[in-house]
Amino acid sequence: MFNYILRRLLYGVLVLVGVNLLTFVLFFAVNTPDDMARMNIGGKRVSADAIQKWKVERGYDKPLLWNEKAQGPEKLTQTLFYQRSLPLFVLDFGATDTGRDIAYELSQRAGPSLAVAVPTFLLGVFAVVVFSLVLVFFRATYLELWGVGFCVFLLSISGLFYIIAGQFLFSKMLKLVPISGFSDGGDFVVFLVLPVFIGIVSRLGGEALFYRTMFLEEIGKDYVRTARSKGLTETMVLFRHVLGNALLPILTSTVAVLPLLFLGALIMESFFGIPGLGSFTIDAIAGQDFAGVRAMVFLGSLLYILGLVLTDISYTLADPRVRLG
Amino acid sequence: MPKFVFLATDLALYLQLLVLALYVAHALRTPLLRQTWRYVQRDATAMACSVILGLFMLVAVLDSVHFRPLLPNAPDAAAGTAPAYSMQTFSVLDALLSSPRQAREKTYSRPLATHQFAKESLQRDGVTVRDYPRLKFGGSHLQDPPSQWASDVLSRSMRGLASGALVALLAAAALAQALARRHTLTLGQTASAAWHGQLGVPWRAIALTVTALMLISAWVAALWPYYHVLGTDQTGNDVLFVCLKSIRTAVVIGSLATIATIPLALVFGILAGYFKGWVDDAIQYFYTVLSSIPSVLLISAFVLMIQVFIDKNPQLFETGLERADIRLFLLAMILGITGWAQLARLLRAETLKLSELDYVQAARAFGVSDTGIMRRHILPNLTHIVVIVAVLDFSGLVLYEAVLSYVGVGVDPNTNSFGTMINTARNEMSRDPLVWWNLFSAFGFMVVLVLSMTLFAGAVREAFDPRARAFRVRSSAQRVATVKEAA
Repeated sequence: MFNYILRRLLYGVLVLVGVNLLTFVLFFAVNTPDDMARMNIGGKRVSADAIQKWKVERGYDKPLLWNEKAQGPEKLTQTLFYQRSLPLFVLDFGATDTGRDIAYELSQRAGPSLAVAVPTFLLGVFAVVVFSLVLVFFRATYLELWGVGFCVFLLSISGLFYIIAGQFLFSKMLKLVPISGFSDGGDFVVFLVLPVFIGIVSRLGGEALFYRTMFLEEIGKDYVRTARSKGLTETMVLFRHVLGNALLPILTSTVAVLPLLFLGALIMESFFGIPGLGSFTIDAIAGQDFAGVRAMVFLGSLLYILGLVLTDISYTLADPRVRLG
Repeated sequence: MPKFVFLATDLALYLQLLVLALYVAHALRTPLLRQTWRYVQRDATAMACSVILGLFMLVAVLDSVHFRPLLPNAPDAAAGTAPAYSMQTFSVLDALLSSPRQAREKTYSRPLATHQFAKESLQRDGVTVRDYPRLKFGGSHLQDPPSQWASDVLSRSMRGLASGALVALLAAAALAQALARRHTLTLGQTASAAWHGQLGVPWRAIALTVTALMLISAWVAALWPYYHVLGTDQTGNDVLFVCLKSIRTAVVIGSLATIATIPLALVFGILAGYFKGWVDDAIQYFYTVLSSIPSVLLISAFVLMIQVFIDKNPQLFETGLERADIRLFLLAMILGITGWAQLARLLRAETLKLSELDYVQAARAFGVSDTGIMRRHILPNLTHIVVIVAVLDFSGLVLYEAVLSYVGVGVDPNTNSFGTMINTARNEMSRDPLVWWNLFSAFGFMVVLVLSMTLFAGAVREAFDPRARAFRVRSSAQRVATVKEAA
């Protein structure tokens, strides 16, 4: 077990190295710092001096991999790769292109992101499991037909539409909750209700259909027939036997997204004005802040890999038959 | 003769149609494939959806034939002068719908309105008043809109619907006639058999869908020359026309991005599954790296890159349309490059399974080369996965385009797309009084397109993957029937 986790973690580090190299190529070799400077200063006719100044201010004026002019080991260290890409591994993100400290931003923004993401996730899983179990309970009736049809319909609507329509309906028409914003105080719940609700509804269709197939797969198995023949009620069979056994595939699909919650729902945060990591990322993309985007790419991949390892571990915990060797 | 312009996405779309035609020809010749597709053919929902999808496809194709019209020669020009072409590029759809395209108002107007949405200062009998001005085109044939509007709209609607019903009826009669000849039945017998679904193809669902589409299009055709059926947007463009133009963007993104994933996924998936060992390790490592980067971020990194490229090489693109088009093309390619990991994973697993099967072992024993085995024995047995994933991905990509446009890494702001429409609608929803028709139209068109594709994809999946049929919603009677069939 321990060996296995160690191996997975080492593989994860290897993947991170790959991510790091890929982002380096994308952000420095293909998009040279000159281009970034030109885009950031704006306009097509930018003087060479202005570009040089922009690069020096942000430390982009060094060669990519090998500094001919420097002495000794500085040939390697006085390069963009050493100064910009390698520190990411020790979670030293540096500053954004606009000069803000990324690590500080992350620490400030993680809270609001989690405040939206965790309730969305927990309530979402609960709602989806209940909804799909009801579908399975009423299988082969019109209720199931309409339920599945409803899910397919929900699935076919753009996530943006849910947000726009939700804000319009609940905030503008009914005036139940504020349209957007966030607060650190005790009244923060009112700001969270709508994003959480919309987050759940927008994912309900696809996930309920997925969970439904999981449950239906379980329901055809022998142990379910045994349970029924013992005379257990259908509710008992569903909630005790089927739910427990279908938990494994559900776990794998949910645990993998757990760490990504940290990044928040990009669109949701930006629409609702929640000062989290998602809106930070959107702002970085919109402002063509390459340092910010690069940091978020690295962080996102790190969390994804953590998710994969967590999935493997949760397998063994949920099902004693799965042995990782 | 106008001068035809071939944009990158046009060529890609033609190529896709060609590939599709080749696949259809291949499927018709292969008994097993024909059998599989017959399953889709028997599914009423899937057939109704495919009628709708066909209409969307038609609009997209019409909008993909671009040309620059020939300008009339100057009257005093010499006989041999070279013909001059307009600087503007039009598509066949533009040409067909030239009147709503040119009927540009000043700004917002409600659907079927005769007056502008916002008040303006007007000169009336020498006095300046604030009032809603008449629209330049919408309802301009009416003398006194308040009293005539309702009856005019109503009578035109009735005439439109009636002619639509008539055309639908004629089409149904023609269909019944053709079916009767094919099945050698009387007309009455055919109609009853087709209605009860006894001819193998769910003609009733198809006929009802066609009728509904005909009624809608006839209604639109009756009103569109006189009114803006879905209103106008901020710059006064006809919303229905913008929606029709957006269909092409959605279709291009949905299909081209899927097509772009297929070659990469096929090559890497087969290589990894067939050779195993270090090739497998290397390829798995490669796609784990790619898929561990959150896709929005990876796509934005790529898009920022092409943005720089386009800005640096303006001389490569003659017109703004070409520039916007190359961005759309590259966006679809990027979606393909960043999205192939999922499909490759599936193909790798299937190849692993296939390469252990007896016939592959036999081929190997006969000394067939590795490339030969992969091409002749493995590739053909993977096509069903490719088909399923291709149709399933389409809907997701159309929806994804809207999100990317919002983040600012989607299509060019000048390209009509549902994403751009929804984005602008965001501000319109906070106006008072509300500008709802933009969002409403984009939503309607998008839901119809995505929903039909999702339902169609579901039937395709069931056809190619019999295990998926177990999850079909069915009545208890059907369940009993299948159980009996199995026993």
